[in-house]
Amino acid sequence: MSDVLDSLVGGFWLNLEVFVMTLLLALPLGLVITFGSMTKFRPLRYLTRVFVWIIRGTPLMLQLFAVMYMPGLVFGIPMKSRMTAVLIAFVINYAAYFSEIYRGGIESIPKGQYEAGQVLGMTRSQVFFRVVLLQVVKRITPPMSNEVITLVKDTALARVVSVAEIIMCAERYTKQGLIWPLFSTGLFFLLFNGLLTLLFGYFEKKMSYFRS
Amino acid sequence: MAVLTVEGIQKSFGGVDVLRDISFSLEKGEALAIIGSSGSGKTTLLRCLNFLETPDKGVIRVGDQVIFDAEDPRSRSEQEIRQQRLHFGLVFQSFNLFPQYTVLENVTLAGRLLAKEKPDFKSRKAAVFREIEENGKALLDSVGLAAKLNAYPHQLSGGQQQRVAIARALALHPDILCFDEPTSALDPELTGEVLNVIRGLAQRNTTMVIVTHEMQFARQVADNVMFMDGGVIVEYGPPEEVIGNPKQERTRQFLERYAQQ
Ligand SMILES: Nc1ncnc2c1ncn2[C@@H]1O[C@H](COP(=O)(O)OP(=O)(O)O)[C@@H](O)[C@H]1O
Ligand SMILES: [Mg+2]
Repeated sequence: MSDVLDSLVGGFWLNLEVFVMTLLLALPLGLVITFGSMTKFRPLRYLTRVFVWIIRGTPLMLQLFAVMYMPGLVFGIPMKSRMTAVLIAFVINYAAYFSEIYRGGIESIPKGQYEAGQVLGMTRSQVFFRVVLLQVVKRITPPMSNEVITLVKDTALARVVSVAEIIMCAERYTKQGLIWPLFSTGLFFLLFNGLLTLLFGYFEKKMSYFRS
Repeated sequence: MAVLTVEGIQKSFGGVDVLRDISFSLEKGEALAIIGSSGSGKTTLLRCLNFLETPDKGVIRVGDQVIFDAEDPRSRSEQEIRQQRLHFGLVFQSFNLFPQYTVLENVTLAGRLLAKEKPDFKSRKAAVFREIEENGKALLDSVGLAAKLNAYPHQLSGGQQQRVAIARALALHPDILCFDEPTSALDPELTGEVLNVIRGLAQRNTTMVIVTHEMQFARQVADNVMFMDGGVIVEYGPPEEVIGNPKQERTRQFLERYAQQ
């Protein structure tokens, strides 16, 4: 029993690692992609949008396989660490999703907000940071919270390249005829997502003092 | 001497001429009303004055200083534009208040940011901010919103929001205050309070350019009226002439159509 628990906790630790690292890297990378997809320089804009379309249009599972095995098959340089492969695939995938949410948020701010700031003598960066940013953050919080919760559940996909995340750990017991560890993994996800839901709820409430 | 001189402003969008050779001048303390049907270029003219659009041709002077010259690329640099646009204030049809700031913060934000650029800001910070805040409160009091300093825009009626927007534009002491159909987005019962504020400004000799469809109001408040059609000034003169006794056929037609509504 405690043996099983240790193994599950150890597995979930990997899920959390994928989750945290993906968030830390994909949140800023998403912003870079957003700039690319909104730039006035057309070739870069089209290139970025095609890239985002491919990433969002194919299964994350396939992307995991691609990052894991393509370097070895195509360039003869096998991927050394499975965890690195997982992180690369997750970060790219989630950055693409985040970038679309950011872009939607930025584009949803009425032109009049920028113009009102400009007319009052604000610089471009003052308009962005003092006027637009908080409104964007407020608008993207609900879709971001959905995406982040999906990320928690997606971390289970790491197992397709044999990273021993929690469900993979639990399955070892299923093979020994012990079924409850597999289903109890759900509790880990539920608990963690419950925590995140509370956090996002608090965040949304913090910003409910204004409407935009 | 004229506080504003506009000479030969032209602007086209994708080959369509929206403003063709617009010239006029404005005396200090004068209120100019611009009337004309939708699409005649009124908004574009105000946007050119406020550097939200760049005219293709023409010169804009404030006092004897050239603040825009289409021939001179220097007058297009961002830093230059930012300085020059402070000669003007603009009140939008749709208010465009900043939703995340209180009424008072909306009025003081730009002033606080500008104050930071002054060389002696660090040593006088507290005094400068206090002054800006006092000024903001006084302005909000003058538009009848002393009780709403700490409200957020969404808690106000449209008429109240537009009055905040007027106070916000006045806070930077522009030489010329522009209004783009300030009451068009309001329910009819709320237009009065906004028009009254503008009337008060006219009585205190605020230099203003007001695009409006309120003919009665234009007649009362404006020193001069400009009728625009198809991007040109068709008729210009005192309201009793342009609205009361128009000389041009196009002005007559516009006013007739207008009276029928
Ligand atoms: N940014 C723009 N791009 C293209 N056409 C525009 C733009 N702004 C205005 N126009 C056109 O210019 C004409 C005049 O518009 P506007 O100045 O808004 O007129 P008004 O305020 O008198 O109704 C309209 O035909 C409008 O469609
Ligand atoms: Mg207009």
